[in-house]
Formats: sequence, structure tokens, C-alpha cells
Amino acid sequence: MSRIPEAFEVAKAAGKVALIPYLTAGDPSADRTVELAGLLQDSGADLLELGVPFSDPLADGAINQRSATRALAKGMSLSGVLQLALRIRRSRSIPLLLFTYFNPVHRMGVAEFAARARDAGVDGVLVTDLPVEEGEDYRQILDAAGMEAIFLAAPTSGAARIRSIGKATGTFVYYVSRTGVTGEQELLPEEARDRVLEIQRLTGKKVAVGFGISRREHVEEVAGFAEGVVIGSALMKVVEETGEGDSLPERLVKRFRELLPRERPR
Amino acid sequence: MSPLMELEEAYEASRLDDGFREEMDRILRDYVGRPTPLTRAQRLEGALGGMRIHLKREDLNHTGAHKINNTVGQALLAKRMGKSRVIAETGAGQHGVATATVAALLDLECVIYMGEEDMARQALNVARMRLLGARVIPVGTGSRTLKDAINEAMRDWVTHCRTTHYILGSVLGAHPYPRMVRDFQAVIGREARAQYLAAEGALPDLLVACVGGGSNSLGLFTAFLDDAAVRMVGVEAAGEGIASGRHAARFPGGSPGILHGTFTYILQDTVGNIAATHSVSAGLDYPAVGPEHAYLREQGRIRYETATDAEALEGFQLLAKLEGILPALESAHAVGWLARAWSTLAQGSRVLINLSGRGDKDVDQVAARLGYVP
Repeated sequence: MSRIPEAFEVAKAAGKVALIPYLTAGDPSADRTVELAGLLQDSGADLLELGVPFSDPLADGAINQRSATRALAKGMSLSGVLQLALRIRRSRSIPLLLFTYFNPVHRMGVAEFAARARDAGVDGVLVTDLPVEEGEDYRQILDAAGMEAIFLAAPTSGAARIRSIGKATGTFVYYVSRTGVTGEQELLPEEARDRVLEIQRLTGKKVAVGFGISRREHVEEVAGFAEGVVIGSALMKVVEETGEGDSLPERLVKRFRELLPRERPR
Repeated sequence: MSPLMELEEAYEASRLDDGFREEMDRILRDYVGRPTPLTRAQRLEGALGGMRIHLKREDLNHTGAHKINNTVGQALLAKRMGKSRVIAETGAGQHGVATATVAALLDLECVIYMGEEDMARQALNVARMRLLGARVIPVGTGSRTLKDAINEAMRDWVTHCRTTHYILGSVLGAHPYPRMVRDFQAVIGREARAQYLAAEGALPDLLVACVGGGSNSLGLFTAFLDDAAVRMVGVEAAGEGIASGRHAARFPGGSPGILHGTFTYILQDTVGNIAATHSVSAGLDYPAVGPEHAYLREQGRIRYETATDAEALEGFQLLAKLEGILPALESAHAVGWLARAWSTLAQGSRVLINLSGRGDKDVDQVAARLGYVP
């Protein structure tokens, strides 16, 4: 069974927003990803989003693209990510959400993927390029394996689509904070709050906000209206800058802590 | 998804709108120069022997290729949707030039994404786009070719979809693009069918066209799909040969997968990453084939063959020396295949080749390959 609902409940009970850091699996190495996952949990992460590197990451900005390229060069693949997930799961309880593109999953076969992901202790899967309109078979297979399919909503999504997304998605809707790809930004769009409130109202589901959350002020702002917040490129930038250097764990944790809200607004 | 739905709605509305069709027909006639001629290639017939060969002359369109048929339609749609900016990807540069051209004509801001490798081998077209007022953005990621230019254009589109229309150049991508682009290109086959009947009093036995994404081929083939006696061959780029691994032949060398929002045949590795492609022609150098081609192949309606870089160069020279026509290296694949396969065709076969574009853009590259010293 998915550990995701409980993670949100625990965060809520503590009066805080669920913190969801993102790591590209295998960048700079599989061993480092396993180590960083543990450290992030110890530093307050509630869920971990594990990126499956793909050759053509359409939804990603430059930082995460380069990260995927490095991970692929190290030989990381979907199978490798699942082995890596299992290594995390052997010592850690943090819910794991895979962030992937559909072609590697299709190539493995959705049913085989679901079985192997479940055995690896994966809790949920987000396929960035599989819209809810095309995702029903996949969702049912994941559901049967006891995992959650998480779907994305965009600022341009209309009410009817948001309702469909709400019906299909697991514990939460992943709201893309702006039109565009992953990456850092200066300011959160002003509409984010209203859009998140609308999604909560239309779907009855929790909402996590991602894409562009790269400052403490963003996290604090999102904590005021959403149940979860995803922090990706801001962390992968540290990985890019530090590479295989020994200081990576320390620097990554420091960066993550810098982004956490000073006060707990909820 | 929302921009795709908005586009589908606008496209469906335009199909029922006489005003839209009239405006499009007017631009195609008075600006693009349609209808394009059907030319009999008698000296090529003499060289290959036992065939009657015609060329559909899409190379004579304004800007020198079939691409403009589609960009006229999509730019008019962009205007109707109230978009002030258009973007496009380009491989050989023909689609980029065609987009920049209609953007100038219809007063739209224009940005073209082009792989760095393609910019190097198609420098003439880069200059043309800039002269036409477009901004050309080099794409240095991945294989630095057409696939990566599409990635970058899609990233731009999802970011600026409120003001921007993405003029995708082939029968690729998510619905409604494959169908919409096919419909805009179907004018090729409608004209060719009527012209052929008028000239020959019968339909051709065989249609031949090169297949990159597959828009010129579907443009020609679609009007003949119900003519059961007309056979069709799509020619993919075999690069340095399928066995070499350096090619862009998706049917013999690929497998079903998902790229750029489409489920079709793609070139990929064992774990689902998109494979590198190679072709002497930038316009065929792409790892996915339009999904309707995959369908028509499965139905057995269209046969897919390949031509290597060397065979395309052979086709290029044949047409240049025998007919006084420099074909685009893309189109030269269709000629190159015919030059190899003609002896297997029935005596007296009536063949219609789609000459999708002209080869001026390829002159430097071909001259270098043939060792011409300036």
C-alpha cells in the first residue's frame, strides 16, 4: 500500500506543508542518490521524488536536462532506478514517487514495470507526458499493484479537465506552478494561489506545487495554500556544481534546509 | 493538453468555414504559385528503361518545397486564434524558411529552433530565415538535429502557449497535428491525381515519395488511398546502411514507442531512450515516423523501402544531369530508390514521384561529397 497518504497526514498534523525534494536517480552516481535520499529524509523531507533519466526530457528545463544526460552517461536506466529505489527502501520509510517519461515504461511493459516498481517499494508514479485522457489503462495497472498514479494539472487546465485529473490521480494533484518546464524562477505567478484553491475545491484532493520552486519565500508562500511543495532544480543545481565532490551531501542538505519555511504557517 | 484542445477546436471550425478555405486557396494560388506542374521525366525514363515517369513539382513552390502548403494553413489558424507569435522547428531548414515566409506575409513574430549540426549543413537556409525577419535559435542539446529542435520548440510552446502557436512541420506530434498537417498537404495529391488523369487518361501504377516525418508522402498518397490499383512506396533514409546503425529507417530499424506525444515507430535503445539517427539529408534525420504511416503500413496499404546516403546522391545526380533539376537530398531518396528498384517493376509501369523540394540548399554539401574543388 502507498505510504503517500500517511506522509501528508503526518505533515498536516505537524502543521506544515509536505516537503517533496526531487533527485535525478544516478546523478552523480547511484550510491550518492541512495545516500542523499536518506539525508533528505533526516532533514525533514516527507516524500522523495526520484527522476528517471530520459534522453528527451521535454518537460524539463536546462538544469534537469543536463542532470539526466549525466545520469544516462553513467548507465542509469529505468531498471537501474528501480534497483536504486529498492536500496533506499531497505533502510528508509520515506514514500517514493517516480517522475518519468512514458517511453521507458512502455518499453519495459506497463505491467512488468508496475510489478517491479511495487517490489522495489515505490509508492507512486508520475508520467509527465501521459495525460489523464490517455492514462486509464496505465492507472488501473498501477492501482492493481497498490501504487498511486499521480497526474499533472497546468495553469491552463480548464475545470472539466481538472475534475478528470482529480478523479484519476492518487492522494494529490501535482500542480505545475507556471506554464513551461522545470527550473528556477524569481517569483511565483500570482495566479498560483487561486488556481490551487480551485483545484482543491473541484477535486477534493490535496495539491502539491512544483516547477520553479527555488526560494524559501516560494516554499513559504505555497505552504499557505497547498498541502505539498516540490523542490527540484534548486537541488539539482547543487549536484551539478558539486559533481562527485566529497562536499555534495553537506552542500545539498544545506541548500535544502535553506529552502524550508522559517515558520510553519499552517 | 489545453493548447492542443484549443488548436483542435480552431482547426475543426476552420474546416467548416468557407472564408478560411477561400483565403488559404487565394494565398496558395497567388503567392505560393499553385498548382505546381506535373512534369514527365523522359530522359530519366530512357536511363532506367521500361517505365513512364512523372514528377510532381513541389520544388517549384515559393520557398522551394512542399512545406509552405502547411505553414500557410497553420499561420492563418494562428491569426484566427489571436496568437501574435509563431514558432517552429526545422531540420533541413525548408520548414523554417516556409514558416518565416508566412510570418512575414501575415505579420507574425517568428522564432525558429534549429539543431546546431543542421545549422552547419544548411547555412543557406539559416541566412534566408534571418533575412525574412525570423530569430533562429541554435539547439545544442542531444544530437543537435531535428529531434532536439522539436524538444526545444515544445518547451517554448508550453511556456508561451497563451500568445504563441507552434507550427509543427510534419505529420507528427500529438493530435490534432498529424491529421491537420496531412489535410493541409493533401492538396499535392488532389492536384496530382487530376493532372495525371488529364495527361495520361489513367491513374499511375506506383507513387513514390521520401518519408522523414512523412508530410510530403502523405500529402501525395492521401488522394489515392481509395484507388486500390495504385501502389505506394515510402522511402526512408538508410544513411550508411541499416546494419551500420547509422540511419533513420524507423520501420526496418525501429519499434513501437512514444516520442513527442505520438505512439508510432521510433528508433530507440533497449531501455527506451531515443536513439541517435543519421542521414545525409537533414529533413529525414529524425527518429520517429508519422503515426498514420505506421497505421497504413499495418493495413498493408503502403510499402516502405529505404535508400542509403549514396543512393540519394546517385538520385540527385541523375535528376540533375538528365532532367536539369536539382532535387532536395530528401526527395533524391525517392529517385535513388527507383534507380535501384526499377528492374523489379513491371515493364511499362507508370510511376509518379513526389519531388518534395529543390536542392539549392544542398549544393555545397553535395559538391563537397563529390569532391568538387571550388
